Amino acid sequence: MIQAYEILETQRMFAEEHLDVRTITMGINLLDCAHENPEIACRKIYDKITKSAEHLIPVADEISRDYGIPIINKRLSVTPISLVAAASKTDNYTIFAETMDKSAKALGVNFIGGFSALLHKGYTRSDRILMDSIPEALATTEAVCASANIGTSRAGINMDAVRDLGPMLLDLAERTRDQGAYGCAKFVVFANATEDNPFMAGAFHGVGEAERVINVGVSGPGVVLATLKSKESDTMDIAQLAELIKRTSFKITRAGQLVAKEASKRLEVPFGIIDLSLAPTPVVGDSIARILEAMGLESCGAWGTTAALAMLNDAVKKGGTMASSQVGGLSGAFIPVSEDEGMIAAVEKGSLSLEKLEAMTSVCSVGIDMVAVPGDTSAEILSGIIADEAAIGVFNNKTTAVRVIPVPGAKVGDKVHYGGLWGDAPIMEVNPWSPEKFISRGGRMPAPIHSFKS
Amino acid sequence: MAHDETYTAVVTVVGQDKPGIIARVTGVLAQYNVNVQDISQTIMQDIFHMIMLVDTGKMTLSFQDLDRALQDVGRDLGCQVTLQQRDVFQAMHRI
Repeated sequence: MIQAYEILETQRMFAEEHLDVRTITMGINLLDCAHENPEIACRKIYDKITKSAEHLIPVADEISRDYGIPIINKRLSVTPISLVAAASKTDNYTIFAETMDKSAKALGVNFIGGFSALLHKGYTRSDRILMDSIPEALATTEAVCASANIGTSRAGINMDAVRDLGPMLLDLAERTRDQGAYGCAKFVVFANATEDNPFMAGAFHGVGEAERVINVGVSGPGVVLATLKSKESDTMDIAQLAELIKRTSFKITRAGQLVAKEASKRLEVPFGIIDLSLAPTPVVGDSIARILEAMGLESCGAWGTTAALAMLNDAVKKGGTMASSQVGGLSGAFIPVSEDEGMIAAVEKGSLSLEKLEAMTSVCSVGIDMVAVPGDTSAEILSGIIADEAAIGVFNNKTTAVRVIPVPGAKVGDKVHYGGLWGDAPIMEVNPWSPEKFISRGGRMPAPIHSFKS
Repeated sequence: MAHDETYTAVVTVVGQDKPGIIARVTGVLAQYNVNVQDISQTIMQDIFHMIMLVDTGKMTLSFQDLDRALQDVGRDLGCQVTLQQRDVFQAMHRI
């Protein structure tokens, strides 16, 4: 028998502590849409996406109503377009992005991921066309998200791609200058990308996945924060705090698991994974930085921040793993600067630097995410940021990502407003010393010795 | 309690206490053949909380329409009324 206090606790989580299912993302295989005529390929892609996901939004809304669980985003991910478009005779893939955009709009989903390339070991002809098309594709579409996987622990790091990404980011920023270089917020560079990530901008439907799949991303920083601010937690030692977070994470994930199972059943699409992520929003009270501060740091970025984040991330995974039958995706705490009210405040008062953020990415999921830097940051410095972050992922067997936004005309101290879940990005200071020669070498960084497990 | 739990839902009412809250809410439930299985109420910090377990197995309208009807009553009473399938509480609080 469920007790009254349990019912009220659940309702408080949804009503006051911002607990929600952040996204239901349907992955769709597009490999069978390949055609040498790009227009025919695009027609097949549009038909397949709109048919496959026609019930996604009504079913998600119905589940939300039945259980009283807010479901914030309904999204799509597709097979990396560099694979789908490879057979087509064209040297510009923007038409594929336009088709994805049109399909997303027809269905009413806000984002569609998968304008992507997997080039961790090298470029195919198609990978190169896709990468060259990204600036135009993202500048001329709204719902399309793009990604590139440029390294894995088994393959090493494609340093040619790292070199090429700096100038590409500047081009993309320039083309979306009027929107504060918003195009760069829709493009993420991965090392060890996951094939089942439901979160944007990095979602794509991996080649090892089924025909269609439902992946769900839960949220819940506000619930963890409220627990850590309770009177009982004030005198706890770290082990007790970890236990408390674990229990909270269990409850959060169970809500996600219930939604995922129902969505899978009602849509008749296999359930893929739950992504056990604490994903912040710019709303006050829904911040990862504030959780770290509630543990006892004066401000996020202070010494102790990496340790606190490591514990948080691990406890979330432990609680979540027990709550769900299949976990995957990025699974961990997200630290996107512009999307986290506490992170923004920490940057503005000078307690959180880009270097500290980099250290934090070595113990949590994602990486240097939604970080705006001055518009005059050089291409090789942007490539250098990507190289360092990729190295953290590749050499530590984890996923890392970079979503950095060089905002044209902006300088340290300025702030760019994106709105909604993307938030406000304070321009962060970047170490100005140049990695130019290192980056210009290109080639492939060998895989780390501990990757040879076979 | 022996009953089919597939159709169990939870109705909660939160707001300022006043005469007739239970009558109004159960009135709607009775109108659409929704059976009340359990009911509990408390006043915490001057706020009225009522929780009902209800059986929707034989109700004469859809879950969505019942939700709407309860919302209307809630607006009249100045209370927050929610209707949720019971599974969500089961999932979050039981292993």
